[in-house]
Formats: sequence, structure tokens, C-alpha cells
Amino acid sequence: MPVKYITEHIWDKYLRKDRLPHIWCPGCGIGSILSAFLMAVDRAGIDLDKLVVVSGIGCTGRVAGYILADSFHTTHGRPIPFAVGLKLARPDLHVVVFSGDGDLVTIGGNHFIHAARRNNDILVILVNNFNYGMTGGQVGATTPENAYTTTTPYGNLEQSFNLPYLAAAAGAVYVARWTSLHVRRLAWSIEEAFHKKGFRFIEVLSQCPTTFGRRNKMPEGIDMLRWFKENCEIRHFEDPKNVAIVLGKKIIVGKFVDIEEPKPTFEEKVWDLIYRLSGGSHGKGK
Amino acid sequence: MSLAPGIYFLSGNYAVAEGAIMAGCRFFAGYPITPSSELAERMARRLPQVGGIFVQMEDEIASIVTIIGASWGGLKAMTATSGPGFSLMQENIGLAVMMETPIVIVDVQRAGPSTGMPTYIGQGDVMQAKWGSHGQYEIIALSPSTVQECFDLTIRAFNLAERYRVPVIVLMDERLSHLYEKVRVPSPDEIVIIERKRPRSRENFLPFMPDEDLVPPMPPVGEGFRIHATGLTHDERGYPHMDPEVQERLVRRLCDKIRKHADEIIDVDTYAMDDAELAIVTFGSVARPAIRAVKLARENGIKLGLIKLRTIWPFPEKLIEEYATNGVKAFIVAEINYGQIYHVVREAVAGNAKVHLLPKMGGAIHTPDEILDEVVMVKRNAR
Amino acid sequence: MDNDGSIVKLEKEVKPARRGIVYIIKDRCKGCGFCIEFCPMQVLKRSEDFNERGYHYPVLEEDPPRKVCIACGFCNLICPEFAIYSKPIEEGEEE
Repeated sequence: MPVKYITEHIWDKYLRKDRLPHIWCPGCGIGSILSAFLMAVDRAGIDLDKLVVVSGIGCTGRVAGYILADSFHTTHGRPIPFAVGLKLARPDLHVVVFSGDGDLVTIGGNHFIHAARRNNDILVILVNNFNYGMTGGQVGATTPENAYTTTTPYGNLEQSFNLPYLAAAAGAVYVARWTSLHVRRLAWSIEEAFHKKGFRFIEVLSQCPTTFGRRNKMPEGIDMLRWFKENCEIRHFEDPKNVAIVLGKKIIVGKFVDIEEPKPTFEEKVWDLIYRLSGGSHGKGK
Repeated sequence: MSLAPGIYFLSGNYAVAEGAIMAGCRFFAGYPITPSSELAERMARRLPQVGGIFVQMEDEIASIVTIIGASWGGLKAMTATSGPGFSLMQENIGLAVMMETPIVIVDVQRAGPSTGMPTYIGQGDVMQAKWGSHGQYEIIALSPSTVQECFDLTIRAFNLAERYRVPVIVLMDERLSHLYEKVRVPSPDEIVIIERKRPRSRENFLPFMPDEDLVPPMPPVGEGFRIHATGLTHDERGYPHMDPEVQERLVRRLCDKIRKHADEIIDVDTYAMDDAELAIVTFGSVARPAIRAVKLARENGIKLGLIKLRTIWPFPEKLIEEYATNGVKAFIVAEINYGQIYHVVREAVAGNAKVHLLPKMGGAIHTPDEILDEVVMVKRNAR
Repeated sequence: MDNDGSIVKLEKEVKPARRGIVYIIKDRCKGCGFCIEFCPMQVLKRSEDFNERGYHYPVLEEDPPRKVCIACGFCNLICPEFAIYSKPIEEGEEE
């Protein structure tokens, strides 16, 4: 049988091995999403010395601690402004924000829309597991209406965000949604995003069996992945206003926005202004 | 470029902006709020001229986090706000402390609480500057009282931030921010600029392993150091480590970093204190009428002196204790709040002398006569 | 399926485009079952014994010529634990 039992993985070189095993539950999708990310980093030829990963608080926020690159685990809701400051100071670096739905668009919603509006040159990978997993499964802005969480024990009364629509409306130049099942397409999407500039947003739906799935009749990770398999439909360039996630309906995934004509990034405009005002003594080549 | 050496006529806000540029500040992120907006406006105009970045963020929370990111990106970074914005920044001041990030925060105090009197003076953020964020930590807070000091102390603020890898707060007040006075800009060789310590090599480098002075060298981003920094309690590698012993070491060091160097940080200006039996303790704009009160008192034979705090935190407890045990019989704490530094003075005096509070709630500064009247009453023991 | 010129299905020996070797770090496995469920060739199944954490890690069960690992790399991506990956068998490498 062509099988070998070994002790090291080919992508261990991208991980802080002294911090493994990671904290995510058995069946959690974040590990799969991290694998897709590392494959994208590998295929895009990103120099790990020039990669910075910024995350916030939550289960997904822990990715920063496992990636062997400069990484910052900031306060709840605030990885985006941190990344904005860092990228402005160091426009030569690849700055990736990798965090969860609660962190980025619930408490961090304001920063999200403004960074998209400004066209800050950051790649935002948002893992949407439909709840606040780390704290036990409370409702968040992406919890589907009628879903059960610990703070909506009678079913969520609120409509959830249609994130691709929000991102596109705010000005993102690249908007895609995949799941922790569509890992290959996710990896290609991330790789594609690495080669673009501007505010790039990838929403990745993920299973959280422990706090969300369990309360919504999908107790194991495999149950939620099967839910994705049965209900996801790939529709590239679908109008983002049609991709809201509603329980019982199809989930639309794919690449929705990919603006081709160059839209100057905020950083380019800032450094351009500096170059002009400082009489050419600063800013050239940034 | 930074201002050429010479004499200028500037407002407090403008002097802080120019002091920052002189100190090497090349990043400002802020949000408009009276009475600090002119500072941001000056930075918006001046920073691109000197190769620096200005960005107005969506709120104060974004502002402070953005400057922390920019500081990690290698730039000296600053924000400016007033009371309400300062309150919003508290959580992330804690992040800057935990990640040991040099930043400068200017709080141009106005009358509070809440929206208060946006265009009127206050000094109500003194305690918040020290205790505003959750958990146990130390920061440095400076308090200018003249426009010249606005320029000079801002340079010092950046130097202290870089030296100790800590947020430094410049506690101004509204009156000073809008006051126009003469500022002497010295020539560059008269100014000391301090930069953050950098690691000597990448070999076996631990990002949070302190040197003997309790300050770890700050690694640059994007040069292969593969740093991990987090707001969680962490060990010398920077990795989260939920362990009481690690917490004990870390928090103690973050505080001792400042406490053990208090003597180098503390900066107090004294006037007529050599033979003083009564002393005014004050800071910021109140120091101006206080000096006049001292002169009037002396003309009337009262041995009054002035202790002007240029650093508020760390507080000069040893100095106050010395005065209290060496001839000063009463301290009058004049501040525009209902007693903030007053309590710290009382604690330092430790019963060795009397301590009186001369408060004003906000919106107006003490007049020299008001201070003098209080001094006279204290002297007569009528209180 | 006649011999009068209409379309005839030819029985040929089926050879997969590529063969792969599966590498498993069994003690990292947390028994989620994703690789087993979603392997396109369905060549993985749960082991009988446990790893050091108490989970049934995946074992390879091929049935050549069709049911074999083709080194598609999906297990590599879907595994949340960095516990499995596949690589194409190079020419001449022993099975």
C-alpha cells in the first residue's frame, strides 16, 4: 500500500511547530482554511519574510499565532485599523487580515466598511462560522435568521449581514465567498487575491460544530460540511445582492467582484501626495 | 522639513505638531475633536511635506489602533484627541502597553464629564491617564503649561516613548492649545532625539526578552524576525502563555520598566521653593496664575512657593515627601477638577503637612487672586 | 452494443492518470473524518486502532486499478490538523 506514517507535514515550514497542536476543536473548519491559505502562499510565491498576518479575538484570530510569519494578535474588532497603519508605514509588505465574523463585521464593522471605502491595500480573509465560537456560541451579525445560539435560545430574530453585498457596496475590488469544504477553490481565490491590489475580501463559511452546529442540528463537523455540499451553488459574478444566506435556501458561493481596471489604492495615493509635496525627496518607489 | 531654528509665534496645538515633527514623528492618525482638531489639521498639512503620513480615521478607536500598527511598521506615530476620544482609546492603550509599542497620545483636556464644554478648559483626565485602561500597568504622562513647553515636552514625549517602549500621554488643556505665544526652536544639534533599541542579531532572538533596563529591543517587521505579538499574556517568545508565573513576570516588568526609572522620567519645575512654608502644587494652564500668586504672596511677606508638575505620571512622590518633611507646612493643590492630583499629593505628604484642595469644576482657570486668597486663608488656619 | 457499426463500448484496462502515496501523521489526527468522506477516490477509511489521543486515524485501502490514490491533494487541504497529505509516486519509487 502506498502509505507512509511520518511525523512531519510538508507545510510545517509555514507553521510555528513549537505551538502545535492548535487549539481548534475536532471537526472545526479553521484548520482546513489555514491549509488553503498556506497552499496559496506557497503557490503565489510569497516571501514569508514580507508577509504580515493580523488577526483579532476569536477562534479564527488564533491563526496569527500559528503562522510562521510576522503576526499580530490585536484587540477585538481592531485588526483592520492595525493592518491599515502597518501597510501605510510599510507598503512593501503583504498585509493579510485573517479573522472571524464577530471580530471583523460585528464589533469591527465600522473599520471594515471604511477600509473598503478607502480601498486600503489589504487582503481580508473572514471566516464566517455564524456565531461567536470562542465565547461559547453567542449570536453575531452573520448568524442566519431563526438559528439557535446561546443568546438567541428561541431563534435569532435578526436578519444577518449579506457580507459580499456589504463589501461590494463599500468599495471592495475583489469579493469572493467560499467554504471550508471548497478548499481548493479557496486556495486559488486567495492566490488570485495575492496578485491584486486594493481592498480584497474573501468570506469563508466554516463549520463550528461545538457551539453552532450542535445547537442547529449539525452536531459534527462532517454534518455541516455535508450541509455545504448539498446546499452550495457556485455562481461566479452573481449580483452580490442576491447572495444572502438564509436557512433552508441555497448558499451561493463563488467570486462575485473582481474589478479589473486599476483603482488606485489609498496607500498609492498617500505616497503619491508625499512624493509631490516633499519635492520628490520622499515617497518615490513606494 | 522641521522648523528652522528661530523664533515663532504659535498656538499650543501648532507647537505640539511642530515638536512632533522635530522629534521625527512621521505618522498621524486621528479624529477631529475640539479642542485638538487644529493639531490634526497642522499635521495634515505638514506631514506630507516632510515625508510623513496623515490619515483621518473613522473614529478614535481606529486612530489609536492605526498608530500602534504604524509604530510596529517602524514609524514614530501620534494621535491627538480630547476627553471623549481619550475614553474611547483606553482599551487599546492597554494593547500598546502589552505589546510594548512606542506611541504618543495628546489629550487636550476640556471640561467634562461627557460632552461637557468642548471649547472650555478642563483638567479632569489626570486620573484617567493613569488608570483609564483595565488591568495593572504604567504609562508616562507629561503636562506642558506654556506653548514653549508644548514644543519641548512633545519632543521629550517621543523620546520617552521610544526609550521605554510605552505609550506617552501629553496632557494639555484647551486654554493652552489655543493660546498663541513665542516659541524658540533650537538648532538641531541642541536637540536630543532617541530611537527605539533594535535587536543586535536575529540569532536566538526573543522579541520580549528584556535587557538589563527591563526594556526589550524592538524587532522590525518585514525583516525575517518572524515576530508574534499579542495582547494576551505572553512569555519571552511573544507566545500566549496562560500561566500565573508568566503573568507575574510580565506585569511586574511592564510596571517596573517605568517605576524603576522614575527618577530619570520625573520632571518638576519649582519656583521660590527654597524657603517656602506653603506650596502650590499644580500643572498645565493653572501654573500661570499660580506663578503670579506666588509673586503677590511674596510681596506680602508670605513664604509661598510653586511646584509645577511637568510629568504627572510617574508622580514625584519622593519630592513632595521631602518638602513635607523639610519645612513646607501646607500644600495647596490647584486643579481644574474636583480633586485628582490632590489625593496623590495627600498620600505622598503622608500626614506630615496639611493638604488643601482648590478646585474649579471646569470652564475657567483660577485667577491669581483666587489662589492668593486661598493661600492667605490657609496661612491663617481658617480652614 | 452491436457489431453492425454502431457505437461499441470497448473494454480496456483502466489505468489512473497518476498514482500517489499518502503520508499520514497519525498522532495529529482528531478523527473528524473529512479526508475519509471527501477523498474523491474513496481510498481512506478509519483505522481499527487508536492514536495516542484516542482517535481512529485514517488508513489507506486501495483496490487497484481504479480505486487508488491519485495524489489529487484534497486530503492535504481539507485536513484541519496538518495530519495527512499525498504526493505523486515518482517513476521507479517503490510502493
